[in-house]
Amino acid sequence: MALILDALVQFAQLLLVLSIAPLLTGYVRKVKAHLLRRRGPPVLQPYRDLLKLIRKEVVLAHNASWVFRVTPYIVFATTLIAAALVPTFATGLVFSPAADLIAIVALLGSARFFLALAGLDIGTSFGGIGSSREMMIASLAEPAMLMIVFTLSLLAGSTQLSTVSTFMQGPEVGLRVSLGMSLVALIMVAIAENARIPVDNPATHLELTMIHEAMILEYSGRHLAVIEAAAALKLLLYFSLISCMFAPWGLAIAGQGFGAFALGLGIYIAKLAVGGFMLAVFETAVAKMRVFRVSDFLGAALMLGLLAAMLLFVSRGA
Amino acid sequence: MALTVLLSCIGVLLGTSVGAVAGVRRRQTTFFVYSVALVASATALVVACSVFVTDAGSVDTVQLPIGLPWLGAHFRLDSLGALFLVVVNLGSLSASLYGLGDGRHEQAPGRVLPFFPAFLAGMNLVVLADDAFTFLLTWEFMSLASWALVMAHHRHDDNAKAGYIYLLMASFGTLSLLFAFGLLAGADGGYGFDAIRMATPSSGVPAAVLALALVGAGSKAGLVPLHVWLPLAHPAAPSHVSALMSGVMTKVAVYGFVRIVFDLLGPPVWWWGVVVLTLGGITAVLGVLYALMEHDLKRLLAYHTVENIGIIFIGLGLTLAFQANDMRQAAALALTAALFHVFNHSLFKSLLFFGAGAVLTATGERDMERLGGLIHRMPLTAIAFLVGSVAISALPPFNGFVSEWLTFQAILLSPHLPQWLLKFLVPAVGAMLALSAALAAGCFVKAFGATFLGRPRTSVAQYAQETDAFSLTAMFVLGLLCLIAGILPGYFIDALAPVTQQLLGAQMPRQEHLKWLTIVPIAESRSSYNGLLLLILIAVAAWLAVQVIHRWASHAGRRSAAWDCGFPDASPITQYTAGSFAQPIRRVFGSFAFHAREEVDMPAPGQTRPARFHVNMRDLVWDALYAPAESVIGFAADWLNKVQFWTIRAYLSLVFGTVVVLLMVLTIWH
Repeated sequence: MALILDALVQFAQLLLVLSIAPLLTGYVRKVKAHLLRRRGPPVLQPYRDLLKLIRKEVVLAHNASWVFRVTPYIVFATTLIAAALVPTFATGLVFSPAADLIAIVALLGSARFFLALAGLDIGTSFGGIGSSREMMIASLAEPAMLMIVFTLSLLAGSTQLSTVSTFMQGPEVGLRVSLGMSLVALIMVAIAENARIPVDNPATHLELTMIHEAMILEYSGRHLAVIEAAAALKLLLYFSLISCMFAPWGLAIAGQGFGAFALGLGIYIAKLAVGGFMLAVFETAVAKMRVFRVSDFLGAALMLGLLAAMLLFVSRGA
Repeated sequence: MALTVLLSCIGVLLGTSVGAVAGVRRRQTTFFVYSVALVASATALVVACSVFVTDAGSVDTVQLPIGLPWLGAHFRLDSLGALFLVVVNLGSLSASLYGLGDGRHEQAPGRVLPFFPAFLAGMNLVVLADDAFTFLLTWEFMSLASWALVMAHHRHDDNAKAGYIYLLMASFGTLSLLFAFGLLAGADGGYGFDAIRMATPSSGVPAAVLALALVGAGSKAGLVPLHVWLPLAHPAAPSHVSALMSGVMTKVAVYGFVRIVFDLLGPPVWWWGVVVLTLGGITAVLGVLYALMEHDLKRLLAYHTVENIGIIFIGLGLTLAFQANDMRQAAALALTAALFHVFNHSLFKSLLFFGAGAVLTATGERDMERLGGLIHRMPLTAIAFLVGSVAISALPPFNGFVSEWLTFQAILLSPHLPQWLLKFLVPAVGAMLALSAALAAGCFVKAFGATFLGRPRTSVAQYAQETDAFSLTAMFVLGLLCLIAGILPGYFIDALAPVTQQLLGAQMPRQEHLKWLTIVPIAESRSSYNGLLLLILIAVAAWLAVQVIHRWASHAGRRSAAWDCGFPDASPITQYTAGSFAQPIRRVFGSFAFHAREEVDMPAPGQTRPARFHVNMRDLVWDALYAPAESVIGFAADWLNKVQFWTIRAYLSLVFGTVVVLLMVLTIWH
């Protein structure tokens, strides 16, 4: 019975992330537009874009191989599974023993690996520039992320995300320097991973500043729709990750009943609204940096993560 | 019984080696040699596996009346040996299979065929040796056989130099091991491993033995800074031999290190862990950075071997640190991670070298800047190479991820280590491990992308042909094993339990009866991973996405020219190359690690000469260590050269003077 309930919660979360991911993207765009004194497209515009894209024909370059055609689905599936493993409104996900935090980071790595390959598949200079820069960013963001994972799992004594968020809800956390540093590092990583300003600009179509957009430049039609959906999922995933690790209040514990689930869902939506607003404000307030400043930005994140982990190693008394 | 079968397999291999010399002019010899090697290594593999499965923990010994008259040749088969026999013979099996197909294109079969079975026999013998003399003899035999294979194409540009450096480093390594065993055996000279285990070394000896073992086995494995020969020698050999050298022989070196340090040397001291961890971390990061700067496909793979050896030594260093502090469970976890990575790396590295060899045979090119688009011409090789790339980049659900994940789990147990130095070092090493994993993914995007994707950059790439069925079978068998080890890691971890039991007296919890084949290193609340479930979930999600899209989306599609922001470039040289792919990473890490400097020579307005761009990179390890050594040796050689042209009077005075000095020394001594 408990297993069935857990499976139901798992399935509900899966559907939830799948359905509200484009909404979050639309919401952030809307807030940004308002901050810039524009009216902006409606919040539901990303859904319309996706629908429009899947009704359009696919134009493939002459020498596109199967890697190019398979990649959207691989990227989407790995991102979706990773997103389904992050608690949104309730812990106790039925699949969570399958992959801990390290595995979630690696799953996102798999998605990126294939996306970068697809960027190289056509053999154009823009695809290459995107792939190459994406891998440069990943080479710093991924270790930084793992350092954050180290810090949290040392504190919680577990790399399981459910256990970590239950621990962070508990009383014995307290304020710690390590936690502050890893929160800052995690936000920096999330900005870089989701191709947001100041690392990359999701709205750009100026060739030489593109990273993520350059990689997917050759995609069209349903392939592009799937990739866009995966990108929206990834943004939502990072929001869920930050909120379930650093702001786990209101997260329903498995088996608490529907009241707790409904409350958890409401609080989760509220957290997304606050987080999305903060992202929009941040993105409006800063300017995009040069590509080769990104390494300093992410290097700082890596160092913060490493310092946080080291502090914990040292403060665990002999 | 098992040991007798193994020794007869080795005997057959040695006999084949001699037979190949006799029949070198015949065409069928290639087929004969590789078939016999295939059967012999398959038999040895089955025997090693059966030992492992049925009566793990048992020990089998044989003494042959060859070698030193008062010692004889001792051979022993225990679980550690059996594990490495599995690695050796799995590699040999696939390399022989590959050789059956690719070996037909060999230009100089007479330089390869006699040495190939000898090399296989040498690696098997090292793992079985049970006394110092046999170990050193077979170690040197293995080195020389592989050296002969490196020199098979000695007329190619750099191969002679590669062979020379390899020979020097191999001799140097054996010399260190000779001293290590000398110290272990002590003044009484008990050279049997049993006698060495019984003996209690005097103070100072273990540290010296550790240093010598690190130099001796580390130089063969490719630990920085002793790695310089490896990226020269491994690619120079024929491809299936490169696979064996990189995938298997480096593992035999790891075996040597494990045998000496964990089995023969006695209980460790905590700072041994510091030394091994530091070397491992530096090796992992530097290895992958070197690989990123490399355009030669086979050399890139060789540098990745350096990286993976670093990862293995990180695991071994953690084991030493835990063992010294009597944290047996943690030590068992770290050792399992290291040994599992040994197995995994032998799989995917052999696979990748086979893929590179297939590309080399099809195009005659190792330079990635002259390849491209091969996925259309060699689709099956491309699939196999992609599987290997994903596995080596430590991406789930393949096997590379599992062993790195276990290493991370071991690192997360280390805050309980009492030593402060370790507390600072271990997270830093963890960051290095994470960095090397992320960089490896970038490197293999580059390698696969530049070689197989995009448009062909030369006509050889444009008209390449798919490789033969034998080579493809070898690659696909290894690729399948990579997947199986990735999704069912529990069985492999359980198989390693007798080895950790033998070396540490502890083992990881049994995994095979856990629900849904999940692996749980310590406790379920702490961490768990399930590759199979993850694979199924991803497959189902991807399948559903495809179904949904194909049900509702437009099916219209057409082929057209690339969009490329409206600047479709006609010539394939305008696409991104391996060098341009690595440029951002070179900017970030290269200025520090290689003193990389970019020089742009821009003509002044009005001048008609072309602009030039040049990157200067320096190998700091070579500059710091080998260049001075080279100049010292050169200086000494010059000086000694003068001695050779003295007059007879000068020689007589020298002899006289030496005698006087020696007599004076003797007098003072007494």
